[in-house]
Amino acid sequence: MPPIPGAGLAKGLAVTLRTMTKKTVTAQYPDAQPELPPRSRGVIALFEENCTVCMLCARECPDWCIYIDSHKETVPAAAPGGRERSRNVLDRFAIDFSLCMYCGICIEVCPFDALFWSPEFEYAETDILELTHERDKLREWMWTVPEPPALDPGAEEPKEIAAARKTADKLRTKREQEAAAEAAPPTPTDPAPTDPAPTDQEGQA
Amino acid sequence: MNDVLDVALRLVIVFAVFMVVPLVVGQAEHKVMAHMQGRLGPMYAGGFHGWAQLVADGVKFVQKEDIVPAEADRRVFQLAPAVALLPYLLVLVAIPIGPGEGAVGQVVDAGIFFVLAVMGIGVLGSLMAGWASANKFSLLGGIRTAAQLLAYELPMLLAAASVAMAAGTVSLPGILDAFEWWWLPWQIVGALVFFVAGLAELQRPPFDMPIADSEIIFGAYTEYTGLRFALFLLAEYAGIVVLCALTTVLFLGGWHGPLGADGLGWVWTLLKVAVLAFVVIWLRVSYPRLREDQLQKLAWTTLIPLALAQIALTGIVKVAIN
Ligand code: SF4
Ligand code: SF4
Repeated sequence: MPPIPGAGLAKGLAVTLRTMTKKTVTAQYPDAQPELPPRSRGVIALFEENCTVCMLCARECPDWCIYIDSHKETVPAAAPGGRERSRNVLDRFAIDFSLCMYCGICIEVCPFDALFWSPEFEYAETDILELTHERDKLREWMWTVPEPPALDPGAEEPKEIAAARKTADKLRTKREQEAAAEAAPPTPTDPAPTDPAPTDQEGQA
Repeated sequence: MNDVLDVALRLVIVFAVFMVVPLVVGQAEHKVMAHMQGRLGPMYAGGFHGWAQLVADGVKFVQKEDIVPAEADRRVFQLAPAVALLPYLLVLVAIPIGPGEGAVGQVVDAGIFFVLAVMGIGVLGSLMAGWASANKFSLLGGIRTAAQLLAYELPMLLAAASVAMAAGTVSLPGILDAFEWWWLPWQIVGALVFFVAGLAELQRPPFDMPIADSEIIFGAYTEYTGLRFALFLLAEYAGIVVLCALTTVLFLGGWHGPLGADGLGWVWTLLKVAVLAFVVIWLRVSYPRLREDQLQKLAWTTLIPLALAQIALTGIVKVAIN
């Protein structure tokens, strides 16, 4: 059957009319906060305790917008006659969000899990200079970082946990072999050491 | 003295309608368009559903700098928005809203002639703007406007002529006095032609090829800023009101409603105008812009033959009933 002339035009009108009677799904943003996924790139948060001032993030940042100052402190020897040790203490940690391009390299590169994405995005300022946020602010944002999403049921084990388990397994088999070898003279051996608890790599509540 | 007062009062009322109704149409467009596209439309200005959005827009436009390009033909450039807007105000004076003397700004004997002639001037504003802007895109837009004007004025006049023939008069209240309900099916083709041609003359989507913001930026209005630009926009909405009112009066029986009209005729008129304005917005949302050649083809190969056929039909029926 040839199409009736004008049928397409009528169909177009019908579509728009039908859409008009439907409820819109627009979220009214300032009234209703958006529900952002846990990995949204809103702002960068700093967990100071984990930061060792290794400067990797500042060096890898393509925009050079991370400012880190630190000083060295000497830690007195732990045991008498031991050697003094030195460590870095963070003085300043600031990110200039007017330069940051939210590439996330700093977060990827931090070996100590001190930097995180927070979905917080409402930190506009009227002066561009005020977009350089210091460590207090970055730390406040830390508390807005959501739990990392659970892994998919069939997913691979996280690398760090897999590595820890592998080491523990190796250790255990070694001990067991040693224990078996020494089984002839039945000396009471230590029970197999428990797995070293996988460190909480996220380092957060 | 009373006469002066009467004239002054009518002018004030017409002016008030002229300022308010296009804003209402504009606001309706915001909302209807938004909902047809699954959005909400402006919601904040003025509180309740953003009713004051267009007023806020107006305030914003007033604050903007008024720029006249250095190479522009200053006088013509500055006059163009007024030329685009004023004709619609003049047309409004002659459109009867309800029965009797009281509901018309001024009864004009040759109503149809007056109204169509004056409405045609509106397009001149775009032409002036396009020519005076010293900008090739504006000029292109202006020339396209001219081509469109030439193509669509004719079917519009022919369709209106058919109604005038049917009523045996060219006075707008006269046509309404002669109106019978069966004119609706009889003149339906003419009504469609008139409405579509009117849309094209207003350069409303899908006939907004001359202002095509994607191809020639904003056509004849490219160089306009601030209040003058706002006047062009206002002219578009005033144009919608006028076109809908004219279609109502000529083809839909104006103040005649299915229920006995006892002084409530103007409600029918306004209702019909509102429905037509809705249709204008609806068409804008539903159809993509026509290309230049499609636009011309529609006018010359579809609308004009249809209008001529309508005139022939009107003539035949007219002879038959006499
Ligand atoms: S997200 Fe990228 S640009 Fe921003 S601070 Fe980190 S490394 Fe620099
Ligand atoms: S990479 Fe991590 S640990 Fe090193 S300075 Fe940056 S935030 Fe601190």
